[in-house]
Amino acid sequence: MKPPPFGYHAPASLGEALDALAAAPGGKVLAGGQSLIPLLNMRLAAPSDLVDINRVAELDTLHVRDDGVRVGALARHARVERSAAAAAVQPLLGQALRHVAHPVIRNRGTVVGSLAHADPAAEMPAVLAVLGGTVEAASARGRRTIPAADFFLGPLESALDPGELAVAAFFPAAPPRTGTAFAETARRHGDYALSGVAAVVSLDEDLRVGDARAGYLGIAGTPLVLDLTEAAGHHGDWAAAAAHVRERIDPEPDIHAGAAYRRHLTGVLTERALNAAAADALRKAED
Amino acid sequence: MGTRVFGEPVKRREDGRLLTGRGRFLDDLGRDALAAAFARSPHAHARIADIDVSEALDVDGLVAIYTWEDLPGRVGEPLPLLIPHPALTHGRTGYPLARDVVRHVGEPVAMVVARDRYLAEDAAERIRVEYEPLPAVVGIETASRAEHLVHDDVPGNVGAVLVQENGDAPAAIEAAPHVLEFSLSIERSASMPLEGRGVYARWDADDGSLRVYSSTQASTSVRAAIAARLGLPNGKVEVVAPDVGGGFGVKIVHPWPEEVLVPWAARLLDREIKWTEDRREHFVAAAHERGQLQDVRVGFDDEGRVLGLDVRIRHDHGAYTPYGIIIPIVTSTQLLGPYRIGAYRAEVVSLYTNTLIVTPYRGAGRPQGVFCMERTMDRIARHLGRDRADVRAANFIQPDEFPYDQGLTFQDGRPLIYDSGDYPELLRKARELIGWDGFGAERSAAAARGRRLGIGLGVYVEGTGVGPYEGGHVEIDTAGRVHVSTGLTSQGQSHETVFAQIAAAELGVPIGDVQVTTGDTRRFGYAVGTFASRAAVMSGNAIALACRKVRDKALRIAGEALEADPRDLDITDGVVHVRGDMSASVPLRTVAVLSNPLRYAFDEEAAAATQFAVGRPATEPPVASGDEPGLEGRDYYSPVRSTFAAGAHAAIVEVDPDTAEIAILRYAVVHDCGRLINPMVVEGQIHGGVAQGVGGALYERMVYDESGQLLNASFMDFLMPYATEIPRIETDHLETPSPLNPLGIKGAGEAGVIPVSAVIASAVEDAEGVRVDAMPLSPDALYTLRERAAQDPSLRVPEGARIV
Repeated sequence: MKPPPFGYHAPASLGEALDALAAAPGGKVLAGGQSLIPLLNMRLAAPSDLVDINRVAELDTLHVRDDGVRVGALARHARVERSAAAAAVQPLLGQALRHVAHPVIRNRGTVVGSLAHADPAAEMPAVLAVLGGTVEAASARGRRTIPAADFFLGPLESALDPGELAVAAFFPAAPPRTGTAFAETARRHGDYALSGVAAVVSLDEDLRVGDARAGYLGIAGTPLVLDLTEAAGHHGDWAAAAAHVRERIDPEPDIHAGAAYRRHLTGVLTERALNAAAADALRKAED
Repeated sequence: MGTRVFGEPVKRREDGRLLTGRGRFLDDLGRDALAAAFARSPHAHARIADIDVSEALDVDGLVAIYTWEDLPGRVGEPLPLLIPHPALTHGRTGYPLARDVVRHVGEPVAMVVARDRYLAEDAAERIRVEYEPLPAVVGIETASRAEHLVHDDVPGNVGAVLVQENGDAPAAIEAAPHVLEFSLSIERSASMPLEGRGVYARWDADDGSLRVYSSTQASTSVRAAIAARLGLPNGKVEVVAPDVGGGFGVKIVHPWPEEVLVPWAARLLDREIKWTEDRREHFVAAAHERGQLQDVRVGFDDEGRVLGLDVRIRHDHGAYTPYGIIIPIVTSTQLLGPYRIGAYRAEVVSLYTNTLIVTPYRGAGRPQGVFCMERTMDRIARHLGRDRADVRAANFIQPDEFPYDQGLTFQDGRPLIYDSGDYPELLRKARELIGWDGFGAERSAAAARGRRLGIGLGVYVEGTGVGPYEGGHVEIDTAGRVHVSTGLTSQGQSHETVFAQIAAAELGVPIGDVQVTTGDTRRFGYAVGTFASRAAVMSGNAIALACRKVRDKALRIAGEALEADPRDLDITDGVVHVRGDMSASVPLRTVAVLSNPLRYAFDEEAAAATQFAVGRPATEPPVASGDEPGLEGRDYYSPVRSTFAAGAHAAIVEVDPDTAEIAILRYAVVHDCGRLINPMVVEGQIHGGVAQGVGGALYERMVYDESGQLLNASFMDFLMPYATEIPRIETDHLETPSPLNPLGIKGAGEAGVIPVSAVIASAVEDAEGVRVDAMPLSPDALYTLRERAAQDPSLRVPEGARIV
């Protein structure tokens, strides 16, 4: 379990990093390394070059604004998880991050790295997807902003082009009278979930359900977002929403759980998460 | 005994070193050594058509590549079959490097030696092996059908058929008022120590000698194996087990291919070579355990007393049988547990599959046997509508029935005779600790709040301290330090602490003066190894006996010096004195000086022993006939048979009615390992064992696909429990001393793991009201059970019988 040979670059600025990536089309970006290093050690990945961005201070940012949270490419999970300001604007971030692996991994791993890795079993892609967030990509050629819906193309496959670096992700703020909740079931604490749900429920001014949606991890090749407003109805029939989800999804079996259990479990988690999100929304509406 | 250290919770003396990074594990050694890596088979079963190394030769830093054809003489012979048994009629072992055919994924095909491990892996990756795939035999049912063979010359894939019998079980079952028949299944798991295997060898060309460090549980036997293979005398091979990061059974197997090849290549190249196993290798190239299918027929009376028990055990032993059939022998004998069974028959069929070898892992066949017996007890209780604890009690061997002969042959080839125990008291304590009798109310109260709880129980007996022998050597030096050594090895059992406690107690010295060395053939050359919960019993008693020799000698020499009768002397805090009179005394360090008559005084202390200073009569030789210089002693302990520890575990679990997740709310252990040397160490052993038991009950399995690929060969997908998955463990002790050994002790190393699957199955079944016949039990498995039981009432446990 030693990696094959690779070229190593440790740029000190974003410009240098983008130049290094442009010069090494087969290169990979090393941020927290919590997924990349094991892949290298198991020789499941053999990039020609590693561009280590850990010295690029301008990427180590966390901006909390009224309209959302902008997370820089070097912001560790733990920093975002513990940010009270971020939680006030978009509580789903902290709710989901608590389920990302273990504290030591969260101390090193980055939110943007997790998005760029595009693992459909990971929490943050589902959160970005259900919130309709975006990823900012930069390359030597320029910058672009990619909506979550276009960012995740398949398992471990993102819309980032060779030479492109995900420099930040933007998670929109929760609108008024909106509650969020996150629920997942993993075999062991900190494992990738057998299924997981990030739920967002918004109430209208009459405190009826105006919008209910859920982002799923672990049940499809990319994060799946379902609009459950209609299935749940104005009064929030979450059991009906769960039944709708069970019909709608087609989870794959793997060595940890079969398709039937995953389908069942996803329904259970849907109901629990929507319930909690609705209760949260009601609290906020009453504040 | 002098100083009160025996039986006390003395803090582990090895922890300071290990917790501050001063441990020396295999990979900490040999920083400048060349590195070895292996090209391993990606196929479960294939013929090797060609091996082409030409691409690998381009790797800068490559030193050598070896395949089977390069191995001379005995180095290239099949590995030894360590424990032959008459029933193992078709034992087969692999070659150090595959010859013609590979029989499991991970089997070594070529060895690469290079400047470092990175380069060695680069080269190994470039070796092109042309395989002609053969049909893979995976799983017990497939092996039984024998449509394809693992070994061409082993018909039916059957390595061994072993029958153990006491009485006429089929007849007793026929005549019984009640008969039940069912099947059980336990999946594979593995020892999975955090430190994998590893070997580091140094050849001294001038001396013609070899020093080998190996992360092993049996250094003396590794030495014998290497010496034999390499044609060296034992005296020219030293094997040292450094700090070892866990063994749990897997490191008792020897010699591993790597343990032969690394020393051989080190001598051939006259270079230091080291191989450190990585995790992926450990999953596919070390060993697994557990996998069995069991078919049970039991006949019993209205009280639940077992009149006849007939078990057919199909055991998957993997591709080869280097460790013989020890596991199924243990399963078929220890299955009987604490019970007096009317008549018993067990038939073991041990089968080859194209999977990794199966050798003992903590518990070594007992978890499977106890699962079988305890599931049987629960079945009987449910069938009769009786309390599960009462049914067990009705079958117990009583305290006045010891020694109790089960009429079978144990794994040491000796009769299965229990030496001592008190099973009713164990059960009483366990019921009390878990709150068995009040649980009905607890369950109802929880149910009223929508929570689903269940309680379970398991009782077991563990044969510990198997022979043939261990030895101990004790030397008191002229500084008063006590050097204790024993040949068996340590992998975290607290030997540095408990052996020091024994020596301190026997000699009357402060424990701080005692140093313990294990697993180093330079210090002690005769040993068997650390396995089967035997180290404390075997080496502990040997060290005690050696200490008694040293003590006698010290008292004799001190008696001469003090002009006192040795029978009037005692030793306190390292000082020999007349009993009740500390003024007439001589320290042990001075006794050590006096024990070695000298011509040359190298320091002031030594001057006391020189020829013009000592006062032995001039008519007698300075060293009396039959005596030896030095204050040291050596002795061995060799028991006539094993000593039998026992325990009762109980647990309360909660299952989620929706997600089918299983949580262990409480876990209680009552354990009897005879006299306790150190209760804290015993509790530590129990905690570790229970943790591994929880792994086997709820998380761990080896997921092979039909082609023999191991799909979960990483810590991401092989679900060894984290600390977060392990409940707090409540313990209580019972001490029924063993009459078989001087210290009255029994083994404790494996106890914790043995009944856990049985206990959790019992508790989940109680909570759910559905039959649990297979472990481990995942949420998916429980969900599937619920779905099936909803369709098929025969899978449900009768509601009325679910009383406590």
